[in-house]
Amino acid sequence: MSIKKLLLKSITGRPLRSLALLFICAIMSGAVYGGAVVWASLDNGISSLEKRLGADIIVVPKSAGEKTKLEEMLLQGTVGYFYMDKSVSDELDKIDGVEKQSSQYFLVSASSECCSAKVQIIGFDEDTDISVKPWLQNSYSKRLGQNEIIVGSKLTTKVGQIFKLYGVECKAVGKLESTGTGVDTAVYASSDTVKGLIRAAQSKGISVLSKQSPDDVISSVYIKVREGYDIDEVTAKINLDIDGVQAVRTRSMITGTADKLSVLSAGITILIAAVCILSAVIMLVVFTALANERKGEFALLRVIGFSRARLARQVLGEAFVICVIGALAGIAAASAAVFPFGALIEKKADLPMLSPGILSVTGYALIAFSAVCVTGPLASAYSAYRLSRIDTGRILREGDS
Amino acid sequence: MIITAKGISKSYKRGKGGKGFVQVLSDTDLSIEGGKVYVIYGRSGSGKSTLMNILAGILSPSSGSVSYDGRDIYSLSDRELSALRCLSVGYIPQMHSAVGTLTVRENILLPSAVSEKPVDSARADELIDLLGLTELADVRANVLSGGELRRLSLARALVNSPSVIFADEPTNDLDDECAKLVVQTLHASAQAGAAVVIVTHELFARSDADVVLCMQNSSLVREKG
Ligand SMILES: Nc1ncnc2c1ncn2[C@@H]1O[C@H](COP(=O)(O)OP(=O)(O)OP(=O)(O)O)[C@@H](O)[C@H]1O
Ligand SMILES: [Mg+2]
Repeated sequence: MSIKKLLLKSITGRPLRSLALLFICAIMSGAVYGGAVVWASLDNGISSLEKRLGADIIVVPKSAGEKTKLEEMLLQGTVGYFYMDKSVSDELDKIDGVEKQSSQYFLVSASSECCSAKVQIIGFDEDTDISVKPWLQNSYSKRLGQNEIIVGSKLTTKVGQIFKLYGVECKAVGKLESTGTGVDTAVYASSDTVKGLIRAAQSKGISVLSKQSPDDVISSVYIKVREGYDIDEVTAKINLDIDGVQAVRTRSMITGTADKLSVLSAGITILIAAVCILSAVIMLVVFTALANERKGEFALLRVIGFSRARLARQVLGEAFVICVIGALAGIAAASAAVFPFGALIEKKADLPMLSPGILSVTGYALIAFSAVCVTGPLASAYSAYRLSRIDTGRILREGDS
Repeated sequence: MIITAKGISKSYKRGKGGKGFVQVLSDTDLSIEGGKVYVIYGRSGSGKSTLMNILAGILSPSSGSVSYDGRDIYSLSDRELSALRCLSVGYIPQMHSAVGTLTVRENILLPSAVSEKPVDSARADELIDLLGLTELADVRANVLSGGELRRLSLARALVNSPSVIFADEPTNDLDDECAKLVVQTLHASAQAGAAVVIVTHELFARSDADVVLCMQNSSLVREKG
């Protein structure tokens, strides 16, 4: 019989105790790891949201509706379109503090035409764009030609596929990475493509636009404010000076989401901390109680020739084995819970979720794993140390195993 | 192996806040040599177990020294002393002691596993048979009776064939026949060259012993040999 076997036997020989300890370790690692993954997913979602907005102010026609409706359309993928006169663009040029501006065109695909559901079509001006290009770059770096389209990640359309929008043959030339937002169900094209589509719709008798020609309208204008100007002041000035439009500060659209997120992430942090402290305390108490209960056994091992160091190794080894198994089980269980339910969480919490990359997930797993595998042995190290300082003869007298 | 204890004293803290002291051993000398059986007796609480623990290297004396073949064991490092205990000392504690999660055979083999020598399972089986533990060999130690545990302790102490054996009341919990068997087994070890020290109240053990010592007034009085 080897000493390794002694270690294993003392774990398997007390199944109930070992299982309880495994459970505590699993809870601790699962909480740290699962919490970190959820937190990072939310964080990823919000920063992709911010990046996507790029502009400081969005100007849309007053008829576009309330801010919340706008928010839903821009962030959550609710489809919609609206138009205002092109002259708004010239008026915006006169406003002090507007550094750059770029117009976009919105359109919604007729249902059952290309995709299973209605798709938001967004046309942007490639020469002036400040909000779309930067994150389209990864998918398609060339200029978009006529009727060339980039599709969102959730659409089933593959790159290279030809499909029809209002009877016009379009070609998917790129696919976006997942953003966890409404963009995932939208498609992007140049302004000219969208204008063409609007015309095609009109020729089919679908009244997207009442009187004007698509060349005279725009849907929205994205604005970058000049350095040194107050964004809120510029927003207010636009609202005051230009009739029939509403200017919305982009950041204010995501603050609702960001606020929710910060509350949630604070909650998660507190929860993780509480679970960790509680688990550490429980481990300390349990390992100390166990060491006390097994005093006689330890004294016996000393009598038959275990050195202090070897006894400490035995005690730490036992704790370590339990912690390793428990931590792995916790991480596995948390993975099984977090990833499949990510979508559910997204829906329930109404927050964009974006799973962190495999590298960061591995990192979180490692952190959770080490947290448990350090705490457990540390908790038992204390009792091991205390035990080794007392004369064996004395422990032998107290212990009766 | 010759074991010499010189001027051993031991006092324990006692009373509230550990302010008082109780002197259990004072200036005790003893010399033990291989091939002989020593019996120590004395009233309960007189310090017999304390002396055994000090001699076996698991309790440091307040003053005095214990040497094995001239080497002062309490000046050794913990590792050296542990190795010495493992290879040269067989100790049967007064309290029951066994690792409950291991079987009887595994418990008996424990010292042999700790020493890095190859495990001597033939010796273990021989002791298991001799002490009537054959049927219990694969039973977990946490179900054993007092007398069974006592015999397990003896087999465990002898498995490495140590050169000195300390047996603290090894016949407790045993019937007369078993008690005789245990003392006989210890005598056999002495005949094989080991020094054997037994703390016991059994009269027959006293009459068979080479040396009889009585613990009195914190000191040993030689009565025989
Ligand atoms: N750790 C300790 N702290 C305080 N007093 C102790 C301690 N260990 C032993 N004693 C006391 O020392 C005295 C001697 O104890 P010891 O166990 O050596 O006696 P003993 O002769 O073996 O007794 P018994 O025959 O009952 O086993 C006892 O009075 C005991 O109460
Ligand atoms: Mg005693």
